[in-house]
Amino acid sequence: MGVFSNLVKDSCKSIVHGNRAYHVWMAVLTFIMLVGAFCYGVQISEGLHVTGMTDRVSWGLYISNFTFLVGVAAAAVMLVLPTYILNDVDFKQAVLIGEGMAVAALIMCLAFVVVDMGGPARLWHIIPFIGVFNFPNSMLAWDVLVLNGYLIINITIPLYILIMRYQGKTPNPKIYIPGVIISVFWAVGIHMVTAFLYQGLPARPFWNTGLLGPRFLASAFTAGPALIIIALAIIRRFTDFKIEDKTLKKLGLVITVAAQINLIMLLSEFFKEFYFPTHHSESAHYLFFGIDGKDALVPWMRISIIINVFATISLLFHKLRNNLKFLYFVCGLLFIAVWIEKGFGLIIPGFIPGPWGAIVEYTPTRIEIGVTIGIWALGAFIFTILARTGVQIELGKIKYKKS
Amino acid sequence: MSNNIKKWFSIGSNRVEKKESCDSGKPCSCKSEKTNDGFDQVLNAPTDRRSAIQKLTAGLLIGAGAVSSSCSVSKTDEAKEISDIDWEEYFKGNYKLMTDTEKQSTVDRLVRSYELRNDKKIDMSAAGPIDDVLYGYAFNISKCQGYMDCINACVEENNQDRDSQMQYIRIHEIEKGEGIEFKNGDDTYYHEVPAAKHFYIGTQCYHCDNPPCVEVCPVQATWKEKDGLVVIDYDWCIGCRYCMAACPYDGRRFNWKTPEVPEEEVNKNQHYLGNRLRKKGVMEKCTFCIQRSRNGKNPACVDACPTGARVFGNLLDPNSDIRWIIENKKVFRLKEELGTEPKFWYYMD
Repeated sequence: MGVFSNLVKDSCKSIVHGNRAYHVWMAVLTFIMLVGAFCYGVQISEGLHVTGMTDRVSWGLYISNFTFLVGVAAAAVMLVLPTYILNDVDFKQAVLIGEGMAVAALIMCLAFVVVDMGGPARLWHIIPFIGVFNFPNSMLAWDVLVLNGYLIINITIPLYILIMRYQGKTPNPKIYIPGVIISVFWAVGIHMVTAFLYQGLPARPFWNTGLLGPRFLASAFTAGPALIIIALAIIRRFTDFKIEDKTLKKLGLVITVAAQINLIMLLSEFFKEFYFPTHHSESAHYLFFGIDGKDALVPWMRISIIINVFATISLLFHKLRNNLKFLYFVCGLLFIAVWIEKGFGLIIPGFIPGPWGAIVEYTPTRIEIGVTIGIWALGAFIFTILARTGVQIELGKIKYKKS
Repeated sequence: MSNNIKKWFSIGSNRVEKKESCDSGKPCSCKSEKTNDGFDQVLNAPTDRRSAIQKLTAGLLIGAGAVSSSCSVSKTDEAKEISDIDWEEYFKGNYKLMTDTEKQSTVDRLVRSYELRNDKKIDMSAAGPIDDVLYGYAFNISKCQGYMDCINACVEENNQDRDSQMQYIRIHEIEKGEGIEFKNGDDTYYHEVPAAKHFYIGTQCYHCDNPPCVEVCPVQATWKEKDGLVVIDYDWCIGCRYCMAACPYDGRRFNWKTPEVPEEEVNKNQHYLGNRLRKKGVMEKCTFCIQRSRNGKNPACVDACPTGARVFGNLLDPNSDIRWIIENKKVFRLKEELGTEPKFWYYMD
């Protein structure tokens, strides 16, 4: 325990010390979080009617971002799997960063679910054994279990490794490999369960497709590693932490494959909806073309598809993909494309048209956007702290000193 | 007869059998069942843990409480009682799992709380389902003229938020010639009715026998009662709105803000699972006016309808109007392919 408290003390020291750019970055994030907290305060006192959600479109920006971020969290497995099990040296430096990102993404997921609740004060009703947990019937109950379980796994494994490195010891694979194997399956699990949350609802034909789960996985393995590449590029630039070009290029290869699979599935859905349109295709029609002049999502979706196709095709060329500057650019594009497609491009059309065909559109309010950006800032804040500590321990800048 | 019923809704026949064993004068198994069945066992465990948490939290807060009460001289007995009630109410369990005494004591607390806050008495019931009753509803499309008297009666009876104009019932105005095509309909019309060349059809919660909304609730805050009513414990709901996404019939409503009902308009004849006042951030919906139906009355919409388009009754009573309609009219239900088994039938003359 002495080691652990020293680790906490030392990492706190490293978190509050840094150059000017670091301080400005953290100050900006803190400011955005405070704005988000203020917006949430307004939402708490006034109720959810300060958001753009209504009885007709009852889930909006919050649940969209939640769905997207589950994918980002699951993508940590993309790094974990080859590093620990195949003992691939290339990924070894990157894996702690990936797991830090999973932790940050999961905390954002939980935050998005909590801010979407009508009665956050009554959330103790959902805690197993204290409240009444509708397990195994409710997919939301499953989601609570798998997300929190994944969070625990992704905290304990890196913590063990960092504590060993902190003391200058080599982590014992016999201790962490079983955890790693569980986390690999678990990552697929959190994604499938989140997809089941939607695809199990016959009331919403747009979601009620067996392809939703696999599509979630493909898009997760596109957007997640894309974000990790960008994060690694930033860390490489601003710290002494060595990340080889080979690592980034290998991750780029992962993205190339996943993005193609994702696009094929999108095409397959598109074909099914429009080859012989039925009543059940109306949501897709609304999403891609608009109905009766109501087309709030159409420009978003078109942009998403265009940059998705452009990025995926350009990744196919080795010359382009191996140009790191271009790779960062494409990763940014893919991240945005998937955020649109799998965020509000997936959640909102599920409610439009309504069960009786009414087309009522949804526009997020400023309060809602403020809370959303605040939670993203929270995620970036947590990731910065975790990555900074991890990098410094790996570099040997923080070391355990026996007193 | 039981085969006949099975065709419409998938209830078990045990309901009838149980009643027979009660009537037969032999040692009654129903009563002993009540004290030690699985239901109560489920209940006891969480309540114990919950009260443990409650005591822990109380212990943590008691210091702060002692400080504040020793410092404030103005805190009256009434304010103290209100805060005691709020405390008890916050930590109470799920109504579905409560014993009859627990149900009664939460109802008493709510009545007392209203009295303390508004100086008015309300009458709140915790009445359970009546044996051998299964509620069903029929709607005559030929008769409905779109007057919306049902909606007004419903809003007044069920203490719905006047500010956001929440309505459980939607009346769809559809042009004749394309059949029952809801997407061509208008459920927000505001003009003189009946409009020429149009017909009207009402939708609300259908109290499905296989309700998807109940399945998805993560905390079991909504469930199907023995008399077929799908109800919500407003105090247990956490407001995740998953049930809303799961309902194929647009039957559920959410309190996006604190509902406002002028004190003089509050219907004081209330039921815990029915029209008692709600708070912000919880789901609500049609309960077939549980406070009326369990007293042998019709729901408010049925009594308010000037054309007689609405029929309500006991599906297990072979002499009821609803049974006559189902057996003699060409009835149908909406979205039957989803397997939800609504207890709400449509028919035409």
